[in-house]
Amino acid sequence: MLDYVTSYLHSDTTPGQAGNLLWALIYIMLIFLGLSVAVIAMNWLERKILAHMQVRLGPMRVGPHGLLQPIADALKLLIKEDIMPAEADPWVFWMAPILVVITAFTVFIVVPFGPTHAVTDMNIGVLFMLGVSSLSVLGIVMAGWASNSHYPLMGALRSSAQMVSYEIAMGLAVVSAVLMTSLNQTGTGTLSMIGIVQAQQAQHVWFVFKFFPLGLIAFGIFAIAMVAETNRAPFDLPEAESELTAGFHTEYSGFRWSLFFLAEYSAMIAVSSIAVTLWLGGWMRPFPTWLSGETWDLVFSLIPGLSFLLLAAIAFLGVIRMPKHPYFRVQTIGLAGFGAVLGLIGLILFVPPVRDRIQDIFWFSAKVAFSMYMYIWYRGTFPRYRFDQLMRVGWKVLLPLGIGVLILTAVAGVWL
Amino acid sequence: MEWHGFRRALRDGTNEGLQPWGRSSIAPITTLHYLVVAAALFVLGVIGVLTRRNVVIVLMSIELILNAVNLNLVAFSRIWGLHGQIFAIFVITDAAAEAAVGLGILIAFFRNKETVNVDEINLLKW
Amino acid sequence: MQPIATTFFFYFLSALTVLSGVLVITRKNPVHSALALIVALLAQAALYLMLYAPFVAGVQIILYAGGIMVLFLFVIMLVNIEQSQREEQFNKQWIIGLASAIALGALFVFVFAKSKSLFPDRGISMPEGSNTQQVAVLLYGNYMFAFEIASLLLLVAIIGAVVMAKKRI
Repeated sequence: MLDYVTSYLHSDTTPGQAGNLLWALIYIMLIFLGLSVAVIAMNWLERKILAHMQVRLGPMRVGPHGLLQPIADALKLLIKEDIMPAEADPWVFWMAPILVVITAFTVFIVVPFGPTHAVTDMNIGVLFMLGVSSLSVLGIVMAGWASNSHYPLMGALRSSAQMVSYEIAMGLAVVSAVLMTSLNQTGTGTLSMIGIVQAQQAQHVWFVFKFFPLGLIAFGIFAIAMVAETNRAPFDLPEAESELTAGFHTEYSGFRWSLFFLAEYSAMIAVSSIAVTLWLGGWMRPFPTWLSGETWDLVFSLIPGLSFLLLAAIAFLGVIRMPKHPYFRVQTIGLAGFGAVLGLIGLILFVPPVRDRIQDIFWFSAKVAFSMYMYIWYRGTFPRYRFDQLMRVGWKVLLPLGIGVLILTAVAGVWL
Repeated sequence: MEWHGFRRALRDGTNEGLQPWGRSSIAPITTLHYLVVAAALFVLGVIGVLTRRNVVIVLMSIELILNAVNLNLVAFSRIWGLHGQIFAIFVITDAAAEAAVGLGILIAFFRNKETVNVDEINLLKW
Repeated sequence: MQPIATTFFFYFLSALTVLSGVLVITRKNPVHSALALIVALLAQAALYLMLYAPFVAGVQIILYAGGIMVLFLFVIMLVNIEQSQREEQFNKQWIIGLASAIALGALFVFVFAKSKSLFPDRGISMPEGSNTQQVAVLLYGNYMFAFEIASLLLLVAIIGAVVMAKKRI
């Protein structure tokens, strides 16, 4: 049994390819855990960032600077009464949130956090990710229909039309990125997520900067389509609160509603990681060729630890600036403890073996985090689209642009 | 299922000992197994097309039939090469076209007659 | 990696497919039928994976489950299903239809029983790793003309759907 456990440690592939189910299970658990923590953190960050964009403070009461607010919210949602409308279709109503959550989490099987840090690597990785994430629209349609109520049904109709339309533009952008893997005489093309990042490594370029405007335009198309695909502002028509109360999940409450919440955020992370893998170089560190060499490798490998130390420093700054009243004593101690944990993580990340292993995961997560920040930024700045404008952008702007980029990429790949 | 067999299968990645019932006395899955499943699906689709009144369900039964054909094609492609898979892709394309036009006709029909029953489509012109 | 427990997965997935097929043709509510059909399609995609056809499985999930079935659900929500649910579900000639379908099934059973030797167990072995590349080579090589015709067919389908569904042209 023990040699079965340790046998994977010497292999240089993902556990799925090595055929080691135990390690695959461990990776799945780790990804699940990390994803849950990311969703909780995202909940707090989104409120704080939105608040600061609007010159407010955001959550401040529960825990220091509202750090425990997501946990309080989760508790509230879990102990809330779970209401099912009397006229609802019970089976479909019950299945919809589960389907949405399953699709949102299944996608992460093929997300490559590093050359070997993925549950498995599929020959059809990109196709699998697009396919499974396109199934989440079914959950939304089911939720809207099963509620047997007007606003959810309209939300579901909007959602299905919107997601089917933007999937096409998204697919075209993805195809042009996949096309880039096979160009410049660097071997055959591939659909596998790890293979795509390795192609970027072999060509010494992130695909955003490849064929200069083309990669950037394809990335732009994908970046717009992925916001529409996850029903986020400014494309949040299926759940537009000023028009449809809450859209497809109006009738949901308590635990089922929190499943929708979880699924929305993990779907955002999933599509962001597709974008990062296809265009932003996956787990590669920035400037792999321009700033190459041993010294720069060392400098960049210190950044994960330094960034955690920076977070710890910010936390301690908050401790110093906390009012000195006895009422705030618990909060001050809590924030100091949080800062100490962050600093400890930062120090652990400086230890050489950990430093080498954590590199890939850190850069991948940092790029995904940047993309998530962009999501919040969009929500803070853009007004919501009207439905006909949404359809016009999808069909008359993004689709022809995508086809043009695809053709030009093929031409450039043959001639350059 | 025996624990030792399961463990061996996990270690070696073999199929042996992982049969859910008994030892490996069960015959391996052949192409014929897939053909039987496809035939069952085909018959179900034909029943749906011939007996249901609702146009939407008739269209869905046609999708079932197309899928049975696809399963046959892919099962045969394991014996005679990839051409079956190519044909399955073409069948999926045709299914998309068929669904688009069929549902378009259904919407036009529903707008005029306020019904989705296939045996009330009995006029050549309206 | 060697496949594990193929027998179990085959019987599980085919039972799922056939049971959902039965649900598709027996449910009163078209939405339930559509959801059962989606389950059947997904189980069938898994069967394709077992047959070493990952690309077809991916296309099946994206196009069928993610595209066509969403279109079906969209249309079901547009048309009024309240009334049709209260009406008779099967048409007048259902006995004849059922009998002929069962006769067709019997024919299948007869053919399969008679021609077991026609279907060999193992043919050529296909490496799963390069399936997509091989499909691409065939699709853009031998089947180039069929591929172009398929695109023409889709164009005609788009125009046909717009002509049918638009109120005023």
